[in-house]
Amino acid sequence: MEKAKNKTITDRIWGLFASIKFAVVIFSLIALTSIVGTVIEQNADPAKNLKILAKFVGKSGAPAAYSVLDKLGFMDMYHSWWFVTFLLLFAANLIICSLDRIPRIWKIVREPIRPLSPEHVARMSIRSTFTVKAKPAHVKDIATKAFRKIGFRPSESSSESGVQLYAEKGNFTRLGVYITHSSILVILVGAIIGVAFGFNGYLALQEGKMSPFAYQSSDKRIPLGFDVRCDKFEAQFYGDTDMPKSYKSWLSIWKNGVEVAKKTIVVNDPLTYNGITFYQASFGTVEDNLENGIVMLRLVAKDGKSQDFNTRLGGSFTIPDSGIEGRITNFSPALTVDRSGKPFTYNQNMVNPAIFVEFSAPGGKHYSGWIFKRFPQTWDLPDGSKVEFLDYWGVQYTGLQVRKDPGQGIVYVGCFILAFGLFVSFFMSHRRIWMNIVEEKGGTKILIGASAHRNRAAFEKKIEKLAAALGSGQKGE
Amino acid sequence: MMDSSFFFGISTIAYFLAMVTYITYLGFKKKQIGLVATAITITGFVSQTIALVLRWKEFYAIEKSFLRAVPLTNLYESLIFFVWCLILAYLVIEFKYKNRSFGAFITPVAGLALAFIDLSGMSKSIEPLVPALQSNWLLAHVMMSFISYSMFGISFSTGLMYLIVRTEKRNEPAYIFWTVMLSIFIIVLAAMGLDFLTFKVGGQSQQQFLKSYLFKATFRNSSGFVESASWVVSAFFIFLVWRYGGIMKKVIKGFNISAEILDEITYKLIAIGFPIFTLGGLIFGALWANQAWGKYWSWDPKETWSLITWFLYAFYLHSRLMRGWRGKKVAMVAVIGFVAVIFTYLGVNLLLSGLHSYGSQ
Repeated sequence: MEKAKNKTITDRIWGLFASIKFAVVIFSLIALTSIVGTVIEQNADPAKNLKILAKFVGKSGAPAAYSVLDKLGFMDMYHSWWFVTFLLLFAANLIICSLDRIPRIWKIVREPIRPLSPEHVARMSIRSTFTVKAKPAHVKDIATKAFRKIGFRPSESSSESGVQLYAEKGNFTRLGVYITHSSILVILVGAIIGVAFGFNGYLALQEGKMSPFAYQSSDKRIPLGFDVRCDKFEAQFYGDTDMPKSYKSWLSIWKNGVEVAKKTIVVNDPLTYNGITFYQASFGTVEDNLENGIVMLRLVAKDGKSQDFNTRLGGSFTIPDSGIEGRITNFSPALTVDRSGKPFTYNQNMVNPAIFVEFSAPGGKHYSGWIFKRFPQTWDLPDGSKVEFLDYWGVQYTGLQVRKDPGQGIVYVGCFILAFGLFVSFFMSHRRIWMNIVEEKGGTKILIGASAHRNRAAFEKKIEKLAAALGSGQKGE
Repeated sequence: MMDSSFFFGISTIAYFLAMVTYITYLGFKKKQIGLVATAITITGFVSQTIALVLRWKEFYAIEKSFLRAVPLTNLYESLIFFVWCLILAYLVIEFKYKNRSFGAFITPVAGLALAFIDLSGMSKSIEPLVPALQSNWLLAHVMMSFISYSMFGISFSTGLMYLIVRTEKRNEPAYIFWTVMLSIFIIVLAAMGLDFLTFKVGGQSQQQFLKSYLFKATFRNSSGFVESASWVVSAFFIFLVWRYGGIMKKVIKGFNISAEILDEITYKLIAIGFPIFTLGGLIFGALWANQAWGKYWSWDPKETWSLITWFLYAFYLHSRLMRGWRGKKVAMVAVIGFVAVIFTYLGVNLLLSGLHSYGSQ
């Protein structure tokens, strides 16, 4: 009672932070507020969240609920001051509860195993006693070998009551929990470094364009220190379907007008240059730029001779050796036909691009039709020549996620330590064995006591093996 | 034709047969019957394994990558893999603890789940991978997540059984907890079953089914009468389970499993499932997210919910190891933990939106 009264404020705060109760409160606060954050869409359009809130409080209550939650920071809650505070309190709790317990554990880890009195040995959680017909010295030799066989190096102590062999393994595994705890701190440190010294931006880059910046928001741009150029973007699809197969951007890095790196990136395979990484995130069509795009065609004559030809919307071309002239009069980024056979555009992205070409053949013949990039069967002309629609370049943009994260390596190290710590904590244990070898009339009495601070059943099997090597089965006593 | 669905069919039948045999075994306690039950379960398991391998092969023909052709890319496949893990974990427990009593519980769950998957008209077609899933992390991340889910699943049932066996009075919090939990679990399953039935009859489009028709046959029915009737029936059902929960206790007590073994199995499963979940679900997930989305952690609903799940099981382990809490309190945490798992796995996809929307197809 006296002691409790004399506690200083620091002691009390320390005690509070080291307590499991405090951990539970923090766990619950993080978990419960996070749940709200998964229901309310983060950083979303207000209309979206109003709709979600209306499901809970009704249409009339939604705006009020929205403004309250908005003021509390729930619309971007994982970055709000209070959520970050919860995370920091969680870290403080981890540090202090570990520091609070480590001295005791450290003592067990550092202190080498010592011989124990027979009474102590007989009280261990795993034990076995039996007598064999052999001299103690002989038994000791066999026992030493048997210890080695199960992976222990025994020490020896003698007293008037006989010899004791004792050994331990895995004393450091008691630290597994603290390895795990510290790994979480390492991950948090890495994350903080990433937020403080890195950036997370976006860049919509049109085919053929170059940018020295990435954008954190429409008015905040971050200089990259080099130029990034999108040479080409292409969305590829499985077969005839619109199921995406890959989104590919051909990127190049330029410094002082010289190309220093290039890579074709896809989702799951980004480009990193100078610590800045470009991820394939989205794509789209620059609709007000259609007239500047370049239509790339391959004109194939009847005899197979081909010629590549670039033009623009509204441009004309002539198929070699045939006198057929074509003029591109229309374009659709994604064309399909409705039930009555009328063509219409179903997507503003270049999912299924097609050009409308009006042909005039020698002899006054006129015909026209849609030519699709993805469907070669639309390339054939009546007289056997072909117009291949290769690309419509310069009208698409690639949406790049641009990120610099100097804390990433630390986070990865933390993840590795976490995995290691968990392995040590759950699959390894501190194991100790004591074995007394005492001479008796006509034989030797063996007393084994052992303990494992985890997974006792597995260790019990090992001790059985050890006992069997000494002949425990021969004389059932 | 001997394709994957043929073998899935065999497994479904085998699991139901095994259930009948396990129940017979519980009734007569004859060792031979028990052996037959185990043999049937193993047959079902082997057949399901063949089916999974075949599906993997069928998928490989499209994807041309062993690691990416893992049949775990939609709800249909993931549920089947979940059942497979469940049976595997059960068989391991049966051999380790030499106790067949759980069989009567696990095999019907497995059989029902497979039949459910089959009847629901969930899309079974093998579809090529969308760009975001084209990564070698797919195998490790998804497979380890599901292995841990199935362990948590069994720990849920052993935890629940522990509570059933250990509670005495009807006004005890732990008793109220398990009766309410068990009834809600059954109600949700029944409501989903009704959804599937009306869906089959109605013949609506399959893709959007889960998202738009969940609970439409009951709690979200357009008819106000059906809606309120569903709530009344559910409340009454909870009351019945609460009132007659003692019967469950008698049944489980007849299984010859001590409460200590139930507690130990619950702990062991979580102690193995937790590291697997941390490594495969959280760490590998973060590494993959960093490669695909350019962020190792983006507080996406799925990520957040798996973190909540992780917190719950971390709490379970700490309270058991540190405070020496045994018994009812920790068993309740184990039960709540799996509720979070179910929400992480299905709830997020069905009710919330986010980056992880592959599973809902």
